[in-house]
Amino acid sequence: MALLEAAALEARYGPTLVLHGLDFAVEEGGITTILGANGAGKTTTLRAVCGLVRTAGEIRLAGRRIDGRPTEDIVRLGVAHVPEGRGTFMELTVEENLRLGAYARRDRGAVAGDLERVYRYFPVLRERRRQLAGTLSGGEQQMLAVARALMARPRLLLLDEPSLGLAPLVVQEIFRIVRAINREDGVSVLLVEQNAAIALDLADRAYLLETGRVVRSGAAADLRRDDAVRRAYLGY
Amino acid sequence: METFLQQVVSGLATGGIYGSLALALVMIYQATDVVNYAQGEMAMFSTYLAWTLINAGAPYWAAFLATLVIAFAGGLLIERVVIRPVENAPILTIVIVCIGLLVILNSLAGWIYSYIQKPFPSPFPSRPIRIGSIVFGAHDLGAIGVTLVVLLLLYLFFRHTTLGLAMRAAAQNPVSSRLCGIRVGWMLAVGWGLAAAVGAVAGMMVAPIVFLDPNMMAGILIYAFASATLGGFTSPGGAVVGGLVVGVVENLAGTYVTFIGTELKLTTALAVILVVLLVKPSGLFGRAAVRRV
Repeated sequence: MALLEAAALEARYGPTLVLHGLDFAVEEGGITTILGANGAGKTTTLRAVCGLVRTAGEIRLAGRRIDGRPTEDIVRLGVAHVPEGRGTFMELTVEENLRLGAYARRDRGAVAGDLERVYRYFPVLRERRRQLAGTLSGGEQQMLAVARALMARPRLLLLDEPSLGLAPLVVQEIFRIVRAINREDGVSVLLVEQNAAIALDLADRAYLLETGRVVRSGAAADLRRDDAVRRAYLGY
Repeated sequence: METFLQQVVSGLATGGIYGSLALALVMIYQATDVVNYAQGEMAMFSTYLAWTLINAGAPYWAAFLATLVIAFAGGLLIERVVIRPVENAPILTIVIVCIGLLVILNSLAGWIYSYIQKPFPSPFPSRPIRIGSIVFGAHDLGAIGVTLVVLLLLYLFFRHTTLGLAMRAAAQNPVSSRLCGIRVGWMLAVGWGLAAAVGAVAGMMVAPIVFLDPNMMAGILIYAFASATLGGFTSPGGAVVGGLVVGVVENLAGTYVTFIGTELKLTTALAVILVVLLVKPSGLFGRAAVRRV
């Protein structure tokens, strides 16, 4: 059963159509990745799911239409978005950033326990919890962004290029944690990446985007063997 | 020496009032990049409401609290009805809307209450308070106390409540805030409400000194601009410190620099604005505006 389903999804910035009718799905408990070059429409796809851009077509979360609804409501339905650029609240402390992640939750009593949980995933954030988030390194800020999203106890985690600008070791660490979150907490993931190798490793389903259209899709393992994908995105 | 201390305390009293109004300006500016030129008139109008309540027989502090609640609701309503429709308009449009609001509130007050000055009561005893050999005005000391209480409450609200945290987040990063489920539009409205309430305190504290009339906040607003400019428009604490400095400097200049006297006091505020903008445009505690383009 698909947790997230998009059908004939279109999005535009002003007069420019950026997504030309996408169909994709994220299975309950699954990890789906959307690959593509710069400007293919990957970030826009995530923004469309969250209601941050105007869209046409249908988006369903667990069968319910969410397209056209305000972002704040979509978040309350269990979608957490780690945005491009990480969306850090630079002038707030690390812990304040994390508390904001839990803002929309009703069970405020469980928040303290969840803080402990994300500190276990990301020990470095515990060390820095009184520091202003703006003083963190890029990798730490990316961890903070993922941790902030987890504080919402989401059903679906949207990740926008978590590897961007980070050292390979840090990238590995973040992907290891995303996998753990997926397995242990059953959080479904929609991952957008330019780093196709690492994304296909993590995902079970993949879509290849070119100029706002899906040009290939299937099991991640199959796409990894696909010659065209390999040459263009894996570089061997 | 006695004169000096008296003038300093009286400067701190008016300075706290300037600082409060400056703080209201800064709160809105930080959240929306809008300088609310109508902040003073909103405070003036609130003070008239307090006057109406007191004249109808309400005890002072009951009227004071009721006025804060009404001012909060009024500020919230103004944001929802007047500012929200032009939220995404060019900055100049919003400035014009604020100036329009200023003129409307001023005329409305004049129409309802007339332009004749009215005395406004102070909740503090009229007998001066003697500390050692120095005599201080009770209202001055009381106004300083009220300002401090307001600041403390605001600090606790923004530091230690979830709503306060969400408001700071919304001011810093609206998109990220929405992704956390924060209703940013409402946070801005609550910000306007709080600013209006803080302004109302300033109005009620200054009215016993300058008398109540529809134009009473015109000068005070200029002092508030001087305070916010001096402290830095990006720093709430700076705005308050700026207010205290402006209040004291204005008073001392009026007392000791003979050619300034009372007539040229307001000019010192304008001089402060000018000097700060020339020497350190971001103010004492502000950050220089850096924008990615």
